[in-house]
Amino acid sequence: MTAQLTPRRTRPSHPDPAITGSVPTPGRARRQDHPLWFLIPALAVLVVFFFIPTLFNFVYAFTNWSSFHSDIQFVGGDNFTALLQNGTLLADLRTTLIYAVLVAILQNLFGLVLALVLEADTRINRIARTAFFVPVVMSALAVGYIFQALLKPEGGLNAILGFFLGHEVTIAWLGSTTWTLLVVAIIHAWKWMGLSMLIYLAGLKTIPGDVLEAARIDGSGWWSTFRSIRFPLLAPAVTFNVATALLGSMNGFDIVQATTAGGPGGSTELLNIFIFRTFGQGLFAQATTMSLSLFVMVTLLAFPVIYFLRKREDVLS
Amino acid sequence: MTVTDLPLPADQRRRSAPETQLRRRRPVSHWLQPTIVVLLVVALLGVPFWMVVVTAGKDQAEALNPNLSLPSHWQLLENFGTVLTQGRMVPAFLGSMLVMVPSVLGVLILGSMASWVLARRKSRLISVVYALGISGIVLPPAVVTIVLLLRQLGLAGTAVGMIGVYMGMYLSTVIFFVTGFVRTIPVELEEAARVDGAGPVRVFARIILPLLGPTLATATILICLYIWNDVFYALFVVGGRLDTLPLNLYQVASSGLYLQNWHLIFAYVILMSLPLLLTFVVMQRKIIAGITSGAVK
Repeated sequence: MTAQLTPRRTRPSHPDPAITGSVPTPGRARRQDHPLWFLIPALAVLVVFFFIPTLFNFVYAFTNWSSFHSDIQFVGGDNFTALLQNGTLLADLRTTLIYAVLVAILQNLFGLVLALVLEADTRINRIARTAFFVPVVMSALAVGYIFQALLKPEGGLNAILGFFLGHEVTIAWLGSTTWTLLVVAIIHAWKWMGLSMLIYLAGLKTIPGDVLEAARIDGSGWWSTFRSIRFPLLAPAVTFNVATALLGSMNGFDIVQATTAGGPGGSTELLNIFIFRTFGQGLFAQATTMSLSLFVMVTLLAFPVIYFLRKREDVLS
Repeated sequence: MTVTDLPLPADQRRRSAPETQLRRRRPVSHWLQPTIVVLLVVALLGVPFWMVVVTAGKDQAEALNPNLSLPSHWQLLENFGTVLTQGRMVPAFLGSMLVMVPSVLGVLILGSMASWVLARRKSRLISVVYALGISGIVLPPAVVTIVLLLRQLGLAGTAVGMIGVYMGMYLSTVIFFVTGFVRTIPVELEEAARVDGAGPVRVFARIILPLLGPTLATATILICLYIWNDVFYALFVVGGRLDTLPLNLYQVASSGLYLQNWHLIFAYVILMSLPLLLTFVVMQRKIIAGITSGAVK
């Protein structure tokens, strides 16, 4: 911070080109101060391990690459046609999209409620905040197995429900072709709600006290203060939480694989589950086709969503 | 953190409320909120984690249908011993470290170097490179064709290939965090060193890198969390060739032919979660401050 106080050093406007190399001079041009070769290692890794595979996606989705052929040939849009005709492509895109929206809503709802309940800085709240962050630190695969066991028809949740209802409960939470997607989305939201809670807690702290004071003097109750003042001022936290929840769940795999593995009847088959399964069967081109579909869907969705959420923040300032 | 120096709205409301209201409300709110908190923690966290611990302490027959009852006799330590050997936990731990440590160090160093230049230089090319550099935050990695590429490079199934894949995935996160932070460091600091005869490498290593500490700590936490717990990309790149903790958990859980060995799965889950949990509990203040700092501004 002291650096701002030091006077800006004056530099000669024309550095002598002869004085370079080992002899350092204070007057060298800016460009050499921040040499471009500093970018090269990072760019090399990004190009090789990120951009080239992404470009390959656009190539190999149109081939017959599989473990059953020794050579790879172009087949045009055959993979897309096949996946469209058997309904997998649209079904999986739809499942992934619904899952992502459900997770984004639930994770934010849970996180916000937790943040509001645990807002005051008391000892018990601090302990509870730490506790709710534990699932975030855990492996998603482990979380999936825990809930697979808990949600069995003869499992822990039904036992608890049976205890309170007074009769035996045998709901197959993970066996419904309609509702299991929601159940799995709740598990995903449960795993990450601690992170959303933290972000909302930090956001709540940035709201100036005098604004709330003014609202109180005007006779605003808890709910109307929350609805018209506190929630709108949480916009940056909402942006971060919704964006990360959407991106995380569109790339979801672990929790679904560990709870339902895509079942029952393919009703929870996310794109990544399909990609993993078909890759395991040696149908590499089909897996690539789905990978490309995921890429396109995320690109088409994420940027407008982030743009929209950012716009909402602009209105505030 | 800043909890104490901000006026708490709840306190203010209470203080200035009429006396009668204060007398009526205070006792209720005094026990109501903590009760809700305890109920939430017990219902949402207590039940699942209780089931994990009691099931991990049972024998195979008792753990067949995992429930909330206590084991008739505890054999938690025996189960730990079983998964340590059968789940090859020691090689898995080493394998996890083997891919995580170089990946994290690599993205931190390469990412910081790139970020410094990206933050300081201004041109159209630089903004394009920056946009590409952070695009990985949003775009999903092409997981199938990565495997193809690694085969062509002769890196399929190797730790080096896995490290490369993780670096390609998480460089974006580092570049995003660090570039934003470098822009807040005054250029004058660098110029002072430059006058004293320091070249770019020295300026970067002696001036910039030390200042990046807190930002790099945040990035380290997030990336460690992702890599340590990753199973999806590991299944594609090193599945069956290299042991990592999540991969071996997946194997332990998938290997039961007719029935799942829940006592072993949960014993594994407990042991596997311990390193990150302990790190989190010890460093929670720093971790929480680091994660929240960038998100709400």
